[in-house]
Amino acid sequence: MELFRIKNDIPFMSYGRLTTAISLITFILAIVFLATRGLNFGVDFTGGTVMEVNYPQAANLENVRKAVDSIGLKEATVQNFGSSRDVLIRLPVKTGLSVSQLSEQVKTALVAADPKAEIRRVEAVGAQVGDELYENGGLALFFVSLGIVLYLWLRFEWRFAIAAIIANMHDVVIILGFFAFFQWEFNLTVLAAILAVLGYSVNESVVVFDRVRENFRKMRKASVVQVIDNAITRTMSRTIITHTMTQTMVGSMLLFGGEVLHNFALALTIGILFGIYSSVLVACPIAMWLGVNRANLIGDVEKKEGGKKVEVEVAEPHPSDFA
Amino acid sequence: MNRYPMWKNILVAVMILIGFIYTIPNFFGESPAVQITPAKSTTKLDSALLGQVEAIFKKENIQYDGVYLDARGVKARFASTDTQIKAKDVLQAGLGSDYTVALNLLSRSPDWLRSLGAKPMYLGLDLRGGVHFLMQVDMKAALSKAAERFVGDFRSVLRKERISYVGVTREGDEVQVRFNSEAELIKARAIITKEYPNLTLTESTDGEEKILKASLSLVEQKHIQDFAIKQNIQTLHNRINELGVAEPIIQQQGIDRVVVQLPGVQDTAKAKEIIGRTATLEIRMVDEDKTDSLTMENALKGQAPMGDEVYKDREGRPILVKKNVVLTGDYITDAGPGVDSQSGRSTVNVTLDGRGARIFQQVTRENVGKRMAILLIEKGSTEVVTAPVINGEIGGGRVQITGMANTQEATDISLLLRAGALAAPMDIVEERTVGPSMGQENINRGMHSTLWGFLAIAVMMMIYYMAFGVVSVAALAINLLLLVAILSMLQATLTLPGLAAIALALGMAIDANVLINERIREELRNGNTPQASIHAGYDRAWDTILDSNVTTLIAGLALFMFGTGPIKGFAVVHVLGILTSMFSAVLVSRAFVNLIYGYRRKVSKLSIGQIFKA
Repeated sequence: MELFRIKNDIPFMSYGRLTTAISLITFILAIVFLATRGLNFGVDFTGGTVMEVNYPQAANLENVRKAVDSIGLKEATVQNFGSSRDVLIRLPVKTGLSVSQLSEQVKTALVAADPKAEIRRVEAVGAQVGDELYENGGLALFFVSLGIVLYLWLRFEWRFAIAAIIANMHDVVIILGFFAFFQWEFNLTVLAAILAVLGYSVNESVVVFDRVRENFRKMRKASVVQVIDNAITRTMSRTIITHTMTQTMVGSMLLFGGEVLHNFALALTIGILFGIYSSVLVACPIAMWLGVNRANLIGDVEKKEGGKKVEVEVAEPHPSDFA
Repeated sequence: MNRYPMWKNILVAVMILIGFIYTIPNFFGESPAVQITPAKSTTKLDSALLGQVEAIFKKENIQYDGVYLDARGVKARFASTDTQIKAKDVLQAGLGSDYTVALNLLSRSPDWLRSLGAKPMYLGLDLRGGVHFLMQVDMKAALSKAAERFVGDFRSVLRKERISYVGVTREGDEVQVRFNSEAELIKARAIITKEYPNLTLTESTDGEEKILKASLSLVEQKHIQDFAIKQNIQTLHNRINELGVAEPIIQQQGIDRVVVQLPGVQDTAKAKEIIGRTATLEIRMVDEDKTDSLTMENALKGQAPMGDEVYKDREGRPILVKKNVVLTGDYITDAGPGVDSQSGRSTVNVTLDGRGARIFQQVTRENVGKRMAILLIEKGSTEVVTAPVINGEIGGGRVQITGMANTQEATDISLLLRAGALAAPMDIVEERTVGPSMGQENINRGMHSTLWGFLAIAVMMMIYYMAFGVVSVAALAINLLLLVAILSMLQATLTLPGLAAIALALGMAIDANVLINERIREELRNGNTPQASIHAGYDRAWDTILDSNVTTLIAGLALFMFGTGPIKGFAVVHVLGILTSMFSAVLVSRAFVNLIYGYRRKVSKLSIGQIFKA
């Protein structure tokens, strides 16, 4: 079976304006949502308490609310999740009461209201810890970006490095935009997913850039646009297959992973979908506009690899090179 | 062209074998067990305990699967949880309060695996259930407590040297000494510099008064903070031992935090109560006037003489001590084991702060020949740790407590003296509790995600790439095998995000095989021979695979460096998954392909799915 029977190279670069425009619009929309709605940070970042309570029968939310209110926690949110028997309670940080004292009080109140209540999970984070996690998250994002730029710079060329990181930051912003628009909870695992996506979708750019560099060596007469179009077309099959496989796994997590992994898988899904698009259709045009050409790519290689280049050229002329 | 040298085939085979050995323990599951550990650090742990445990089982007719002695204590395995619980009760009754008996789970893997060090993966709290606390040590309190001690020290030093001063006060972490004249200040400064070289001294004037300000130097501050957190951790260890938790984790995190993880603990209220408890140490005089047996008998019945209380020492003998407290543990700055230079016997050397030293000097001067009791008050019960005879006046704040049986006891008692109380208050700043059913559910969620995802990928790969798809799936399965083996070997904590990382690692690792397979197809499409296509396909794909994995690795490392708790777990698995995937996707899959095609004389067609020729 083969899905991709592409005879001629698809002129991706001639759609450059269109794809960039689409990106720009989604990007701006994401920023707008982030600015107006903001992210719905989970307790990991804001501090506070989340409790998961299970009841043997359908939970009476009104009673649960009353129990929580009875200890003077008016700001608590009480809601069902998963099934009608599972209740999620969120409490903000309360000054003058340590997180552990607070959770103990709520537990006592809940069990007093219904002895069959089973407290399945408690996450209580102090405000200060939350601030630190927030800071560390930002630092992690920064260092991942820096590391990737440096690596691509060394391995390819600064134009590719810049193009790849712009494309991938654009993915990150769009994921954040989704989380802001739908007000999905943004917690530590989502942050982990975003960083994983960052590493993963740079892969995508690397695969295409690798091909671009190889093509510059082999397709001596072709223009930059032809070289890039060919590289994208040749790697397209792999791109689609790989992402389908990864998404299959992530989809499985979305289905079976439960509450804790749900948003993690969601962030990965958006990241994978936009990752395909951006690392190919955003990174390549940017690299092109930054002026990637044969000289600044192969020039580097010649210095590094010396005579090896000649051998490659002679070895196998690619039929499609002249298509 | 497509044959591996023998050593490469052997390498692959050996790696897979090792992978198998270290993965199997995860399949044997765990059987209910009890763990017996000494409740006090002074109680011996040796094979005598093992015999004792076996004897109790025999007497009570309890069937057990095995009993072992290891560094932490004695462990016994049982066939059912009913026997386990019965055994726990029987042991607790038979061994008394000297030992802690805790319920535990032990791997059911056979002995030969255990002797190879093959253990199942270490499950995090979100997978096995339990409580996680992050405790913040109040370093400001530790520092001001230290400064408070210097206030007393300065007073006694200045008095001793007959330097007249107006007053000594503490302002935050700073100690201010006020003088009427410059000359006194200069004298004082010289003395203080000599006695306390770790303090930073500055001078200022306030009207007529000259002020000498002493603040803790950074080195001294660090020393105090280190001491405070070490002592708090030691105290936590002692307290948690009483909880009867099988494998508690108590670790320092950063400079002022302590992580406490108690697997299997569900009663969080009790855990918090015990962790947050304050223990105190007291030094009181033994009432030597009333030691006749009648008074003792009455005292034990609850009628102690006026102004006295009766407590038991470590051997269980009652001792009558005065109610009046001479010193509390707050005055102890350090305690350590030592040897008496004259008798050569083990001692405990206690260092008291200035005020404590003065009180101690006075009391010892007035009570030569009498006994002094050192009491540890914890959880509402008081125990006389030791009651030595005062041989003479002891000044300078250095107290030598003799009467230790051996060095071990001296070490243990100095530990107790140091660890009896918290050096600085601690607060719980993060709590995560996971119920036991939730833990199992989380395991199932992670397992199902991985399993179904893997199966779906396997089916798609095999349909799309035929024989090469089968090879890719086999490589992916070996990737999973190696990843689980490494995680089991390292005993890295596996959390739910870690399980997600396993799934994600597989979903991403398949990329390498897709790259290779697509390259081979492309080479075939270009009219190369099958053998040459395999060779070129693997060769060319390698560069790309390396590049793309390095970027993923960068992300993984950053996550590891900045992540905490569950995220760190994710990062560890993520990074390991990338490393194993490079090995399995390239080396292992090539070995398989070589075995299939490399030894055939003539290969006219590769089973890699239909290829459309341009």
